[in-house]
Amino acid sequence: MDVLSSLGDGFAIALTAENLFLALVGCFLGTLMGALPGLGPANGVAIMIPIAFSLGLGPTPSLILLTSIYYGAMYGGRISSILLNIPGDEPAMMTCLDGYPMAQQGRAGEALTLSGIASFVGAFFATCGLVLLAPQLVKIALLFGPAEYFVLFTLAFATLGGITATNQAKSAFAAAFGLGIAMIGSDSQTGSQRFTFDHIHLYDGIDFLIAIVGLFALSEVFIFLEKHKSGEIGKTGAKVGKLLPDWKMVRRCIPTMGRGTIIGFISGVLPGAGASLGSFLAYSLEKQAVDRKGETFGEGDPRGVAAPEAGNNAASGGALVPMLALGVPGSGTTAVLLAVLLQLNITPGPLLFQKNPDVVWGLIAALFIGNFMLLIMNIPLVGLFTRVLLVPTRILMPVVAMISFVGIYSITGSTFDVMLMVGFGVLGWVLRKLTVPLVPVILGILLGNEMEVNLRRALTISDGDWSILVGSPLAIILWVIAIIGFTLPIFLGRRMRRRMEANRSG
Amino acid sequence: MSDRIFGGFGLALAIFYIWAASIIPDSFMVDVIGPRTFPYIVGGVLGLCSLIFILRPDSEPDWPHFRELLEIGMAAAVMLLYGWMLPEFGFLISTVFATAYLTWRLGTTPLMSLVTGALTSVGIYVVFHLILGLSLAKGPFGF
Repeated sequence: MDVLSSLGDGFAIALTAENLFLALVGCFLGTLMGALPGLGPANGVAIMIPIAFSLGLGPTPSLILLTSIYYGAMYGGRISSILLNIPGDEPAMMTCLDGYPMAQQGRAGEALTLSGIASFVGAFFATCGLVLLAPQLVKIALLFGPAEYFVLFTLAFATLGGITATNQAKSAFAAAFGLGIAMIGSDSQTGSQRFTFDHIHLYDGIDFLIAIVGLFALSEVFIFLEKHKSGEIGKTGAKVGKLLPDWKMVRRCIPTMGRGTIIGFISGVLPGAGASLGSFLAYSLEKQAVDRKGETFGEGDPRGVAAPEAGNNAASGGALVPMLALGVPGSGTTAVLLAVLLQLNITPGPLLFQKNPDVVWGLIAALFIGNFMLLIMNIPLVGLFTRVLLVPTRILMPVVAMISFVGIYSITGSTFDVMLMVGFGVLGWVLRKLTVPLVPVILGILLGNEMEVNLRRALTISDGDWSILVGSPLAIILWVIAIIGFTLPIFLGRRMRRRMEANRSG
Repeated sequence: MSDRIFGGFGLALAIFYIWAASIIPDSFMVDVIGPRTFPYIVGGVLGLCSLIFILRPDSEPDWPHFRELLEIGMAAAVMLLYGWMLPEFGFLISTVFATAYLTWRLGTTPLMSLVTGALTSVGIYVVFHLILGLSLAKGPFGF
C-alpha cells in the first residue's frame, strides 16, 4: 500500500500542465529520433540533456522530458525497421526480420499497429515491474557499505560488455579509459590537482556531457560521412497500407507479447544484458515456441514482429530498475539518464527513494502517462512519423550536429569545450572502428569519482587493510557475479554473436 | 595490425598516465590511500589491456580508403574551425557555413546546401534562442 500511495503522489506531480506538456513533447521527439536511422535513444537523450538544462527546468520536469524521449525512441525504432529494413536503433534490429517482409507484402500498416501495441504492452508491464521491484532492491541496497559499493561498480563494468561481447580486453580498456578521464581535475577528498598540468580549463575536470555528446552523437555523424561515401545507405519506399489489423491476428499475438515482455524485462534488469539482448531472446525463444520448423518466421509472421518489440520495450523499463535503485546503469541509454541525475545534483541509488521521493515517483507516473501518449501517437498518427523518413539524411545529419553544438555551447559558453567535443567525436569514431565499446567509457567518466570515493572510504574504515573489499558475504557474492559476468562471454560470446548474426542475415 | 598499433598507443598512454599520477602533489589534507592509488590501478588496467591487444589482436577492421579518411578529417577540421570562430562571427553566420559544408559533402548541390545552411541556422536561432531563450554565441552584429 505504501507503494500505491507514493505512486498516487507521483501522479499528482506528473499531472500538472507543465509536466504533461513536457511528456508529450518528449514522447514526440523521442519517437522521431527513434524512427530516424542512426539516431538511437542514447544519442537522442544525449543531445537533449544540455538543452533541457539550459532551459532551466527543475529536476522532475527535466527527468520527465528526457525519459519520455527514452521511451519514445524505443517505440520509434521499429518504424524504420519495418518500412526501410534499416533498424532505427540497435534493439529494433530483430524487428526487421519479420516487419520488413510484412511491409513488402503490403501489410506495413498492420505491422506498425501490431508492433505499436506490442511496444505498449511491453513498456506498460515493465513499468509496473519497476514499481514493484525497485523498492525491494532499495531495501537490499541499503545494506551496502562503501566496500560493497566499490565491488558493485566493478561488477557493473565487468558485465557491461554483455554476453555478446567479443573482446573483454576492449571493454576493460574502455572502462579504464573512462575512469582515467574522470580522475582529471581536483581530487574530491584532498583537493590535490590531478592530471591538469596547470591548464585552467581542466581544473574542474572534463564535463561528462561534452564527452557523451561527442562520443555518441558526433561520432555518428562521422560514421555517416564515411558510409555515405562508400554508398552503403540505400533507399526503399514502402506503402503503409491499411492500419488496423484484424482482431484475430492481434489475439493470436497476445501470448507472444506476454512471453516477450517477461523475457525482455528480465534481461533489462540483469546487468550487461539490455534491450538488444531482450529483443533477440524474445524473438528466438518465440521462434522456438511456435515455429520450430522455421516455416513462417522471417517471412512476415506477425508474431515475429510482436515478440521483439514487446521484448525491447520491456527491457527498457527493466533497465531503469538498477539505474534508479542502485545508481548503476546497465546499458548505454540508462548511463546517459544517469548523467541527467548527476547533472541535476541528485545522487541516484537507494537514498534517492528516501530523499527525493517526488522525483522518483513523479518520474514513474510520467512513464505511465507517456506510455498512453505513445500508444496514441504511434498508431493513429504513425503516418506523421513515416513522413519524417522522407527527409534525406544528408540534411538531417548536419542539423543534428548543429543542435549538439548549440546544446554544449549554451551550457558551457566556452569554445574550448566545443572543440573538446569535436575531439571526442573523432575519438569515438576511431574507437568504434576498432570495436572498442563506447558505453564503458561513458560509464567510467560518470562513475569514476563515486567509485574512487567508495574505495577510499572503505579503506579509511579498515585503516588501509585491503581485505575489507572481500570482508562481507555480500561483497563476496558481488565479486563472484562480477567474475562470472566478465569471463562467461569469453567462452560464450562468439557463439551468441554468431547466432545473432545468422538470424539477422537468414 | 591496427590492434597492435592501438595497443602501442594504449601502452604509451598507460605509462604516461602512471607517470602523471606519480607527480600528483600531496595536499595538507590526507587520507589513508591518498590521491594516487586509484589512478595507479586505472593506469595498470590500461596497460594490461594494451598488452593483450598487442599479443592477441582482433581481425583487421574495415578501414575506409584515403578519400573517406580525408572527408572525415576535413569535416572534423570544419567543426573545430566552427567552434573557434563562434565568438568571432557569432552563431548565425558561422552556422550557415558549417551546415552548408556538411550538407554539401553529404551529397547536396552547393546552392541547395547554402539554402539548407541558412534555413537551419535561422531555424535553430528562432527556436532555441528567441523561443526557448538559450544563449548562443554573439557575433559582431549581436547575433
